[in-house]
Amino acid sequence: MEVGQMQRRLVDYTKSLFMEGFLDAQFLQLQQLQDESNPDFVVEVVSLFFDDSEKLLNDLTMALDQPNVDFKKVDAHVHQLKGSSSSIGAQRVKNACIAFRSFCEEHNIDATLRCLQQVKQEYYLVKNKLETMLRLEQQIVAAGGSIPMIELGFWRTINMKGGKE
Amino acid sequence: MNSSSGKSYMSTASSSVIWKAGGDVVADQFPAGLRVLVVDDDPTCLMILEKMLKACQYNVTKCNRAETALSMLRENRNGFDIVISDVHMPDMDGFKLLEHIGLEMDLPVIMMSADDGKNVVMKGVTHGACDYLIKPVRIEALKNIWQHVVRKRKNEWKDFEQSGSVEEGDRQPKQSEDADYSSSANEGNWKSSKRRKDDEDENDERDDTSTLKKPRVVWSVELHQQFVAAVNQLGIEKAVPKKILELMNVPGLTRENVASHLQKYRLYLRRLSGVSQHPSNLNNSFMNPQDATFGPLDLQALAATGQLPAQSLATLQAAGLGRSTAKSGIPIPLVDQRNIFSFENPKLRFGEAQQHVNNNKQMNLLHGIPTTMEPKQLASLHHTAQSMGNMNMPVLSHGSQSSQNNPLLMQMAQPQARGQMLNDSTVGLAPRLLSPMGQPMLSNGMATNVSPRNGVPENIRAPSYNPVSQTSSMLNFPMNHTSELPGNSFPLVSTPGISSLAPKVAFQEDVNSEIKGSVGFMPSYDIFNDLNQHKPQNWELQNVGMMFNTSQHSNSLQGNLDHTQSVLVQQGFSSGQNRNSTVISKAMFSAGDSTGHVNAQNGNQHLNSLLVDNTVRVKSERVADAAPANLYPDHFGQEDLMSALLKQVGSFFSLYDTDGDIILLILTSKFPIFLQQDVITPAENNDFDFDGYSIDNIPV
Repeated sequence: MEVGQMQRRLVDYTKSLFMEGFLDAQFLQLQQLQDESNPDFVVEVVSLFFDDSEKLLNDLTMALDQPNVDFKKVDAHVHQLKGSSSSIGAQRVKNACIAFRSFCEEHNIDATLRCLQQVKQEYYLVKNKLETMLRLEQQIVAAGGSIPMIELGFWRTINMKGGKE
Repeated sequence: MNSSSGKSYMSTASSSVIWKAGGDVVADQFPAGLRVLVVDDDPTCLMILEKMLKACQYNVTKCNRAETALSMLRENRNGFDIVISDVHMPDMDGFKLLEHIGLEMDLPVIMMSADDGKNVVMKGVTHGACDYLIKPVRIEALKNIWQHVVRKRKNEWKDFEQSGSVEEGDRQPKQSEDADYSSSANEGNWKSSKRRKDDEDENDERDDTSTLKKPRVVWSVELHQQFVAAVNQLGIEKAVPKKILELMNVPGLTRENVASHLQKYRLYLRRLSGVSQHPSNLNNSFMNPQDATFGPLDLQALAATGQLPAQSLATLQAAGLGRSTAKSGIPIPLVDQRNIFSFENPKLRFGEAQQHVNNNKQMNLLHGIPTTMEPKQLASLHHTAQSMGNMNMPVLSHGSQSSQNNPLLMQMAQPQARGQMLNDSTVGLAPRLLSPMGQPMLSNGMATNVSPRNGVPENIRAPSYNPVSQTSSMLNFPMNHTSELPGNSFPLVSTPGISSLAPKVAFQEDVNSEIKGSVGFMPSYDIFNDLNQHKPQNWELQNVGMMFNTSQHSNSLQGNLDHTQSVLVQQGFSSGQNRNSTVISKAMFSAGDSTGHVNAQNGNQHLNSLLVDNTVRVKSERVADAAPANLYPDHFGQEDLMSALLKQVGSFFSLYDTDGDIILLILTSKFPIFLQQDVITPAENNDFDFDGYSIDNIPV
């Protein structure tokens, strides 16, 4: 497909991620940080996030699998995941973590297990989405095109701050 | 990229504020080049922050562990302008790091967390954070962090100016030389001025402000002692800067200097009394006779960590130092304790305990124990020392007591520690103890009865002190090392009668009595922060000299009880001895042989937590608070005391002042005592490989 088409697809896809709440304004900040001196910044950060999160999720799974669940540890992991997901703009993951933490406080094993599932689900979803989006970007760049910017008005419609203004 | 060269950015920044006319080329560039250290265990956040900060044109250094950050800061005191740290980190609580930095380096610290609960934010405030950011951090929030740097500088300058010491003339030329405030030329200026200042510190008078370039008053040990004495005299509630200033009667000191110092001191006290997260009773208790906890020493925590035998804890608690200071500033979570130790106990705060060694009656015990040695601790230590006084330990607190001219000799292994902090000073604190060199502290001939601490966890080994490697400034009592040190088993617990202390310390018999030296811990008290700001000048523990006289008295302090011990007694020390810079906050331990005073042997001796607290407490109860006079154990026979002390602590360091009065008694327990690095200036003989500083350099 030609570059223009790819670019349009990318824009639409990216917008949908924001509209559906997978990503929030923080992600925009990351995109804005990327520049010529660091053209792969977003890819790097996102990869780092994936690696870190997977480790956290594993730790969480193990921690909740114990006969005597150490909720403090679980909470610490979730807190960490919440921090990194919020830093990257993975909004739904972050929200799932918030819910998770409240159940941790209650020491509710069943609920926390469910939360873990929820978090995992959200994580895999956003991972998938981000990978798709980044792949699209790569293709455009490989084809000689540039990454299009989303118009300012869009951010206002979805009530989000952060667009390049 | 942080400039380890210590760009004098700060100075220029402030100077640019002041000298508008002069070279304000610097001002143009500011805040670009601001040297930021960012600490976060989350790699994603760390990377993002780094990028954002770079986008703000700051000079960024990132670090994912608090310990690494702290050692970086210690190695390069002037290398950073501001620190941003996450609250939740696995190796060390962010607030602890905050405290350490505040005490040791006095840099502005911004906390950040995904946690926006009011309590957490409040904690940041009480611990002295200059700002609190909620994650996710936006770049806009980072763009303005330079204001904290300027604000801090401005306040310092204000004091400076008001004291009339600002030498604009001097500065200006320097400033205007460099267009870039971070230029090395500037830096050189600052450095030289700083160095000059350091030199002057030795005089422990601030009268020579003209050479001081940095708008900081160096609160030397003696100065701090005077301060604390004045505060005590007035009563902490009634202590107002004006009156304190009058009482102190230090030429060149301004009311503003005192005011800011008082503020820090109060903050410290407050923190000890209730804010600490881990109210290690020990910590407070050390000073608190009632509490029977070792004040600064987080005995409980220690005990919890298994380092401190439960009974020791009890004993220590029983000892209850008179100081009821709040939890010693070592609110280090149990888990951290070890870390802390390894870190050094930067927090030897001098403050509250007021233990000025010389004057204060109280002993500041440096608790090397994972908690930072708060001055209180020192105090307690001091007290204990005092009580031990009988034991032939010159209690640090002497102030009143001092009587003992014959400080307890620490039999401790001598010279190990020597290397570190203690400068040749008398502190004989088990030089061994201090020696960060992994030598078993007492191994030197010390007849340490102390059996290696049980449960000395990994810290025990001397090098285990991280401090040694890292920060070293702390008096690292080699206590840690010596697992063999007997007496590690000293429970910190202040046995009420110290009798429980088994004088294990058999510190080297050779050392006998030489330990007089003082163990200089250099707790990093924030108070002294200024002092040492950059260099842990050598603290002379002069005063502290706990002499452990193992052979004679049954107190054998074990130099280092494996890590644990080291009660750091901190105190203001020495005035006399070699270095004037007795950093009050930093207790210097001079382990080992020193002949006279304890001078922290260079180095970082990490004073292992002063278990002394316990012992000191015991005694200190009597002395408590301000009248250390009773340190000498009327109640306890010297031997009892010593032994109790030793038992608990493991090793015993005492700081003696020039008169031979014990200033600080540091008991090392199983926990390593870490002295604050900055307390000690780089030891001349860094054999121990500490970052410690030699006492000689302690700025006064």
